[in-house]
Amino acid sequence: MSTAEYEPTTEYESTAHYESDVTVLEEQFVEPKSVGPIELESQDVSVWFGKRKVLEGVNIAFPKNTVTALIGPSGCGKSTYIRTLNRLHELIPGAALAGSVLYEGKDIYDTDIDPVHIRLQIGMVFQKPNPFPSMTIRGNVLSGLKLSGMKRDQHDDIVEETLTSAGLWNEVKDRLDSAAGELSGGQQQRLVIARALAVQPHVLLMDEPCSALDPTSTLKIEETVRELSKDITIVIVTHNMQQAVRVSDYTAFFLAAENEPGYVIEQGPTTDIFGSPQDQRTLDYVNGRFG
Amino acid sequence: MAAPPTETRRDLDAAATSHRGDRVFNRGITVAAFTALLVLAGIAIFLGVAAVEAITTQGWSFLFTTEWKVDQGDEPVAGIWGMLYGSVLLSVIGLVIAVPVSLLLSVFIVFLAPRRLGRAMTNVIDLMAAIPSIILGLWAFYLLSPPAEQWQFLLNKYLGWIPIFQNDSGNFNGTPFIAGFVLGIMMIPIITSVSREVLGRTPPELINAAEALGCSLWTMLRHVALPYGRGGIVGGIMLGLGRALGETIAIFFVLKLVYDINWYKIIESEGGSVATLIVATFGEVSGPYELNLLLAAGFFLFVGTLVVNVIANLIVQKTGRSER
Repeated sequence: MSTAEYEPTTEYESTAHYESDVTVLEEQFVEPKSVGPIELESQDVSVWFGKRKVLEGVNIAFPKNTVTALIGPSGCGKSTYIRTLNRLHELIPGAALAGSVLYEGKDIYDTDIDPVHIRLQIGMVFQKPNPFPSMTIRGNVLSGLKLSGMKRDQHDDIVEETLTSAGLWNEVKDRLDSAAGELSGGQQQRLVIARALAVQPHVLLMDEPCSALDPTSTLKIEETVRELSKDITIVIVTHNMQQAVRVSDYTAFFLAAENEPGYVIEQGPTTDIFGSPQDQRTLDYVNGRFG
Repeated sequence: MAAPPTETRRDLDAAATSHRGDRVFNRGITVAAFTALLVLAGIAIFLGVAAVEAITTQGWSFLFTTEWKVDQGDEPVAGIWGMLYGSVLLSVIGLVIAVPVSLLLSVFIVFLAPRRLGRAMTNVIDLMAAIPSIILGLWAFYLLSPPAEQWQFLLNKYLGWIPIFQNDSGNFNGTPFIAGFVLGIMMIPIITSVSREVLGRTPPELINAAEALGCSLWTMLRHVALPYGRGGIVGGIMLGLGRALGETIAIFFVLKLVYDINWYKIIESEGGSVATLIVATFGEVSGPYELNLLLAAGFFLFVGTLVVNVIANLIVQKTGRSER
């Protein structure tokens, strides 16, 4: 992996990944929470785009109110995997899937499940901030309710609550009716998080939410993620190893050989994956020897 | 202390010093571009002269009255208001038919159709734009009119209480409805082509966002894709309108031209259209004065179409800029 992708945020961290200086890394670990009930779980999930198989037999369980980081080099299927968790994958022509994704114990791919319902319960934040440019800040926060036809009262309270949770309220409380496009990239990303929260999801999927942001905005989003994980379950794809260490309780490491489907090499508490990985490839990856 | 060196200012002109082949090419392009403007200006002047004469002899009533008695008596009277209004009425009917069809078509092609079918439909619809209007006119006369008379009969029978579906003559041939229908068919490829382009450029991340918020296709269209492409789509509609306003020969075949103004009875057998007035009267003009009046009518049609096109371009440009 090139050093440019690391987005080091402080000097201290920027030195951490160069050598296999495991002790330095360990000091930053988040204390993993005790394992609660499993909220979301994928069982033997394999994924195809047309004839090409891109993921093979992924089994990951996401305990309630924890943060799980999905790490791995580009092209190993992390983003594809995360899109299977709220049925966005099926919107791509030629998409196919094997195995099952259990949400609160029920397979979300069952024929009697409404995908709209699933996507409201399992929200998503994308790599590039994507607020609706034609709507105001307030309009964006409430857009999920409007678009899905969901009814919730006290719109002003929702706007304040979710923007506060997303760490944006103080910056925008005086200009809720200005266009979302006027915000900076980092603010837009937090606005998008607020938008996802307004429909009260139980799970939030984040696909490299900070890769388009500067270090300061990245830290703010990470604080938000830690804060949110008190109430919801978060799955975050990241290329930034320090970020995985800083925000996640659990980590799954994906890898794919060239033209082969990706699969999970190793998963477990973040402390273990970064501190004492069992697989040599994991060790090499988390220490920046390839990627 | 030494005097500062005098500076000699050299004006740089890339065009004058460039490669010779480039210079020739650049000049060629410039000449070609101005030729197009010259042709336009020539037409405008030719028609404008006629318009000035018509206005000086007929007064502004040429634009605002409805009469055409040029070869009778000593005082020729001419007014094209009914024709101008007719052109607009036909275009509106055309729009009412073409806009929904075109939007649905482009939504289907962009968001629903399998890629290969979408591409095939795009080609077919673009081909529709290339059908000569005389062919459409003949088609409308022989094939569209007979069943359309039946539709209008039914419209009148069941919805006749609505003023626009009144018909006192019992004759459903040559109505503004049929002419407008033909115009609608002519507008569909233009509007579809533009709105397909515009909708196809909806940023995928916005579509993603909508999908992740549990949007149906309909809500995504209503709140994301259509607001995003609104300007471009309106521009496309105006381009279609520009074509409809100037359409001549297709309407000539299917519209019963009368000089009285038909305000709203779209399934009554009488209508007007400036372009059709010109083509219908041209063959039997009584003399140079009437010919001049026709040219004047052409001038005002030309101005009208030009205005619509300019507005269309402004709208398309404005949206293009603000989205980037």
